[in-house]
Amino acid sequence: MDFQVVVLAGGNSKNLTPLVSKELPKPLLPVANCPVLHYVLHQLEQSNLKDLIVVVEGEDAALLVGAWISGTFIDRLHVEIAAVPEDIGTAGALRAISHHLTAKDILVVSGDLVSDVPPGALAATHRRHDAAVTTMLCSIPVSGPLESGSSGGKDKAKKLGRYNIIGLDPSKQFLLHIATGAEIEKDARISKRILHAVGQMEMRSDLMDAHMYAFKRSILQEVLDIKDTFQSLKEDVLPYLVRSQLKSEALLNRTPQGEENSNEKVSSQNNQAFISRILANASTPSFHGLYSENPDGSSSTRKTHKCCVYIASSSSYCVRLNSIQAFMDINRDVTGDADHLLSPNNIIGPSPKLGTKTTVGPNCRLGEGSEMGDKCQVKRSIIGRHCRIGSHVKVVNSVVMNHVTIGDGCIIQGSVICSNVQLQERVVLKDCQVGAGFVVTAGSEYKAESLAKKEK
Amino acid sequence: MDPRRTARTVSDPKVRQVGFFTPAPPERSISDPPRFQDPIQPPSPSPTQVNDHSPSGNSLSPVMIPPAHHHSDNFLRTALQATSPPKAFSYSAKTVTIPPENEDVASSFSPGRKVVSAKSPSSFPGVKASSVPASELTTVSVVNLPPGISEKAGGASVEVQNDRPVSAKTLKEKTSKAERRALQEAQRAAKAAAKGTCCLCYSDSGVSVGYGYVPSMVYLVYFTFVLNNFVPVDHYVFLAEGTKASSAASMVVTSANTKPSKAAKPSSQKNDGSQVAASEKKGGDRAPEKDRKKDAPHPRMQYDDKSRVEKAKKRAVVKQTEARNRVELFRHLPQYEHGTQLPDLETKFFELNPMHPAVYKVGLQYLSGDIRGGNARCIAMFQAFKEAIKDYSTPPEKTLIRDLTARISSYVSFLIECRPLSISMGNAIKFLKNRIAKLPLALSESEAKSTLMLDIDRFINEKIILSEKVIVKHAVTKIRDGDVLLTYGASSVVEMILLHAHELGKHFRVVVVDSRPKLEGQLLLRRLVRKGLSCTYTHVNAVSCIMQDVTRVFLGASSVLSNGTVYSRVGTACVAMVAHAFRVPVLVCCEAYKFHERVQLDSICFNELGNPDAISKVQGREEINYLDGLVNQENLQLLNLIYDATPSDYVSMVITDYGMIPPTSVPVIVREYRRDHLWS
Repeated sequence: MDFQVVVLAGGNSKNLTPLVSKELPKPLLPVANCPVLHYVLHQLEQSNLKDLIVVVEGEDAALLVGAWISGTFIDRLHVEIAAVPEDIGTAGALRAISHHLTAKDILVVSGDLVSDVPPGALAATHRRHDAAVTTMLCSIPVSGPLESGSSGGKDKAKKLGRYNIIGLDPSKQFLLHIATGAEIEKDARISKRILHAVGQMEMRSDLMDAHMYAFKRSILQEVLDIKDTFQSLKEDVLPYLVRSQLKSEALLNRTPQGEENSNEKVSSQNNQAFISRILANASTPSFHGLYSENPDGSSSTRKTHKCCVYIASSSSYCVRLNSIQAFMDINRDVTGDADHLLSPNNIIGPSPKLGTKTTVGPNCRLGEGSEMGDKCQVKRSIIGRHCRIGSHVKVVNSVVMNHVTIGDGCIIQGSVICSNVQLQERVVLKDCQVGAGFVVTAGSEYKAESLAKKEK
Repeated sequence: MDPRRTARTVSDPKVRQVGFFTPAPPERSISDPPRFQDPIQPPSPSPTQVNDHSPSGNSLSPVMIPPAHHHSDNFLRTALQATSPPKAFSYSAKTVTIPPENEDVASSFSPGRKVVSAKSPSSFPGVKASSVPASELTTVSVVNLPPGISEKAGGASVEVQNDRPVSAKTLKEKTSKAERRALQEAQRAAKAAAKGTCCLCYSDSGVSVGYGYVPSMVYLVYFTFVLNNFVPVDHYVFLAEGTKASSAASMVVTSANTKPSKAAKPSSQKNDGSQVAASEKKGGDRAPEKDRKKDAPHPRMQYDDKSRVEKAKKRAVVKQTEARNRVELFRHLPQYEHGTQLPDLETKFFELNPMHPAVYKVGLQYLSGDIRGGNARCIAMFQAFKEAIKDYSTPPEKTLIRDLTARISSYVSFLIECRPLSISMGNAIKFLKNRIAKLPLALSESEAKSTLMLDIDRFINEKIILSEKVIVKHAVTKIRDGDVLLTYGASSVVEMILLHAHELGKHFRVVVVDSRPKLEGQLLLRRLVRKGLSCTYTHVNAVSCIMQDVTRVFLGASSVLSNGTVYSRVGTACVAMVAHAFRVPVLVCCEAYKFHERVQLDSICFNELGNPDAISKVQGREEINYLDGLVNQENLQLLNLIYDATPSDYVSMVITDYGMIPPTSVPVIVREYRRDHLWS
């Protein structure tokens, strides 16, 4: 379909500090015992997109991710890994690989998107409107643990940053305004030109930019070339394109006119114009077309491009893993409501060994080779592979990664425990994150803390 | 003179009462009031005056049909002899260069080993230096494809070469009972009519007439007689026999599916009954139609035939939920729940492997209504096909002619699922398939592709653009200062006529009549007003009031059928009939490539159903919600027709690229030019 797919997998995310580390870059962060990148790749594979470019920040992370992909998707996907320097942002990453982009349109997917929205829908919308950029919007996910009232207020304050303010046209097909990041706090500046052309704008704050974009390659490359200060797709490139959609300056100067009409004489150009006029008259013009029209009806030199949106239906699942809270939410949802996201071979390994009177509640996932002692309770939690859990342990609303040793009598609530962590006896953790390889001494109690090994 | 009148009376009484027919005003047949006759053409003392008193009420003198070598002859010639690739074409202009380093890495990499990111310093040619150091790609996972067979098999092409001349030969000889009877009748009538020298000859598709010294006027009248007399009656009988027969009739009428096996035995033809003969009558000689039959639902499928619908559904790419409450009379037409199709098709975007992206895009645009109008849809389709052909490569062990035809057929069936084809598109597809079938076997693949792409370009240029220009030239002569012109909907040709007349400095006023739910007239109105024309805008409800001022009615058409019926946007018939009642001449502007040999008496048997929600809701007015909750009720049926058929009696003149002709002369053009242009 002449689409190239770029998965921006990221590297070490600061938002997820205790969870990710050098050994475990963000793309490999397990969500329900399955790296988060797997969800994206699986989704793409489902929609028959088998040629992918995965961009990873940092050489080491690229090696790890590459090894994992080659182990998992060998013979199923054709994946190419590109390592880019850290902290160059999403736009920088695309700039770095821009010479590999050859197809007509580029589909850019964030590697931390856990979603069941088919990418094809976005691509189809993009093609149908012949847009410069199409972005996927989804409704803001319900976040926060279901049954813990304690952290509610604090989480909300934290999550404000994820909200977008989005302006749509009445038909909900075109993007007129988008504010992301820090801009949300400022006053919204809306182009008078756009408002005049459209006549009516609908402002929404209940939608979120899902970081899945379809770009027209020529436009994307040109923007990246001209504006070399742009760091982020979401905060720089997309708002720029949206702002300039009715006065796209240098963007469309290099439209493929040169290729087409060099072959025949003036008459064919006339015919070309004729055909395009018939086609243009046949369709209902969007405001772009109306705006670019001169008062006398002839098309003028005003260049426009379209910024479209695809709004995922509210029943579909679409969350980005970009904070610890989101990580918890996704783990909860993937095992609960949205369990169709898991590919079947990853659900449950060989049944773990359970001690007597140990109960495992619903919405749990136990990895292969894990052992549990007597009288344990596991509720709404995920336990990774080869964990050793002693007796009288209570694990609620938590994520326990691989090779974790938990001593007897521990109580773990709403926490994330990374790989190779050792919890000695009678540890009580509530809403904590424990970094990889950490050892929690016996009898200690922590609440809402982030524990990690000191960097050597 | 006489034969014409008898012809009308034979076919008039029962058959012609099906569609929109108002009882003819009594004074009409006696003499036409001067107003009706005057504005279009001053009465001339030519042989056409005979026609003025004919009951059809046509006061126009048909323009002489130009001889068959228009621009089509060189078209044919160049297309056929294009064994060398034309210089103008550069379809392989853009080649994707894959950096060679990638290949090396890919081959040297084995799973399980550590990934070595290739650090090659070589720069990619033509890549701009960016501020960020360029990064290389490392292939970490490769899909192993089985090695394909690269060589084409020679045997297949030889086989094709053998069987084609045979079928062509056998087709030439066949005639049938009904056909001969028709000819005899025609002969008799023609003798009475002309008393001139008129010789008849047979051909493979119906009745064709060779003539010596017969004046063309008589010739036109005569042919009309033949068609009016026979084809409608056949058709009517089939329809009356029920679903199966009517679907058979549709096969006959569309004439696309003559089985090659049937055509191959000329000896059995004589004994066959008239039904088979009827199907042979219009039979074409297109060999690879079998393929099409296999994978495309028939364009004229009867949708009340449950088993066929089930079968078609299995093949369908687009998920089609059939609407539940359909109007009884229109059950045979496809109608789906609108709104379910588009999202479903969108999600499948990447999963449709055989579908070319350009075709897919056009399909989406049809489905969402982004492209509409006969010409625009046709052009969009052809441009998509052009791209598909450009990217086409023959798979191993297949021949281009057969495989490409099948490929195009699958595209067409996809487009049909998105929206039923218009007649103009059907003709264009026939043209393209025929060009493919007629490709010389000696051509290489690239030559064949460039030939086809040139053909497509020529079709668009000559059949659509040039003919629009010619129509404009003709029609402008009918606009005079002080005229009030009425148009309905938004026809691209009519728009051009109006704009051109305005550019010529003629002073006239335009009445744009529009109708819900599409309100296409508003777009036309917008463009006209911007150009400075003085316009009046009204809805079709008010057409009877506004018609008093009007001096001419210009209408566009989706198609003009063999019996002169104009198949056009719904509401056209209403406007034409009102105009007729007010004695305002109705000029229908239609390119000749939209003509169709089918005969249709009403707008029931072939039509298209639109989204019923479009008429039950008023966009932008939420408060009109009287039908909310009633839509799914058993005793409410919503009907949103897209097209209607205007009987030829209400059309004064058809303006086409061959000149201005009365609607009764359409079959002549269909017969004389269709063969040269589309099918040869």
